[in-house]
Amino acid sequence: MRISLGAVIRLCQVLVVSPLGSAALAANSEADFKAAYAAADVAEKQAGLLRNQWLATEAALTEAKKAAEKSDFDQAVAAAKEAEALAKASIFQATSEKEAWKNLEIR
Amino acid sequence: MRFWLTTLAILWVAHPACAADGIDPAADARAFRNFFVQKFPNVKLEDFVNGPYALNEDMRRQWEEKEQFPPYEFSLEIGKELLAKPFANGKHYADCFPDRGIGIRQNYPQFDEKSGKVVTLELALNRCREANGEAPVSYAGDTMAALTAYMAFTSRGKPFNIKIPDDPRAIDAYQNGKRYFYTRRGQLNFSCATCHVQNPGERLRAEVLAPALGILNAMPIYRSEWGGMGTISRRFTTCNSQVRGVPLEPQSDEYRDLEYFLSYVSNGLPISGPGSRP
Repeated sequence: MRISLGAVIRLCQVLVVSPLGSAALAANSEADFKAAYAAADVAEKQAGLLRNQWLATEAALTEAKKAAEKSDFDQAVAAAKEAEALAKASIFQATSEKEAWKNLEIR
Repeated sequence: MRFWLTTLAILWVAHPACAADGIDPAADARAFRNFFVQKFPNVKLEDFVNGPYALNEDMRRQWEEKEQFPPYEFSLEIGKELLAKPFANGKHYADCFPDRGIGIRQNYPQFDEKSGKVVTLELALNRCREANGEAPVSYAGDTMAALTAYMAFTSRGKPFNIKIPDDPRAIDAYQNGKRYFYTRRGQLNFSCATCHVQNPGERLRAEVLAPALGILNAMPIYRSEWGGMGTISRRFTTCNSQVRGVPLEPQSDEYRDLEYFLSYVSNGLPISGPGSRP
C-alpha cells in the first residue's frame, strides 16, 4: 500500500496540530471571561461616573455576555477585552476634555 | 485683622463664580453672535433661527414651499387641544404658567432660585402635570412635542429673553452648559461645536448642518428623518447617539444646562418654532 505525501501531512495535522489548535481555542475558561468582564464593567462604570459612556462599549459588553451564555468563552473574553479598551478610551477622552474643551470655545 | 483677611480670602476662593473665573455670559453671547455674523456675512441676524435654510438656497426654496402646508400643523392642533383640556382635577396647564401659557416660550429655560437649577419648558410642563396628579409624559414623545409646538407657535417672533440672575448657581449652570457644548464626546470624538460651530453650512451626508446661533429658536421640529415631531430632549439625545455616545437621561442637569447656555447666547433672536427639517 502506497501512502501519498499529502495524506501523511494531513494525518500529521490531525494527530499533532489539531490537538494543539483545539487546546489554543479552548484557552479561555468561564473564569477568564468573568475576570475580563469584571474589568470591563469597572471601567465602563467609571466612564458612567464621568457621564461619557460609548455605545460601542455597551455593545461589546452585551456581545461578551451573549457569547458566554453560549459557552464561547474565547469570543466572550475577546469582546470583554474590547469593551474594557473602549471604556478606557472614553475615560481618557472625558479626562482630557476637562481642560481641552476650552480650545474650541468662541472668544 | 489677620482673621478678617483670612475669612475674606476663603470666601473669595470658595465663591463658585467669582469674577476671577472669567465667566462673563454677556461677553460670551456677543462673541458667539459675532462669530456667526462674520462667518456668514450675507445671512441676516434674525435668519439664523431658520438653521440650514439660512445657509443653503436650494433647501430654502424647498422649505418655503413646504411651509405652505407645514408638516408640524397636525401637532399644533393637538397641542392647542391639550393645553385647553382640563386635568382630572379640573385645572389646566394654563394654571401653571403666566399668561395662561400663551406667548411665554421665549422666557424658557429659567433659573429656579428655589431649587438652584435650570427649569426648561418641557420640565415645567411635566411638573405642572405632576402637581395636578397626572403622570408625566415622555420628554421625547409626541404629547410633549405637541404642547411645546403650540406654545412656541404662540411666541413666534418674540425674541429669546433668557435671564441669568446674579446667583453663583445660575452662573455655574450656564458655565456647565457651555462646557457641555464644547466638550468632545462619543466614539467619534465630536462636540456639539464640531458640527454647529466649526461646520455649519457643510453637508453631513444629505444634511446641511445648522449654525448653533438660533438653533433652539425653531424647536420643537418636525424631522422628515424621524417621520415626526421632536422635542429639544429628543434632539439632544439623538445628537449624543449620532456621535456614538450613550445619551444621558432626558432633562438631566447637563441637558438642562446646555439648553440654558444655547438659549442665552441666542437672546434677542426671534422664536420661529415649531420648525421643520429634512
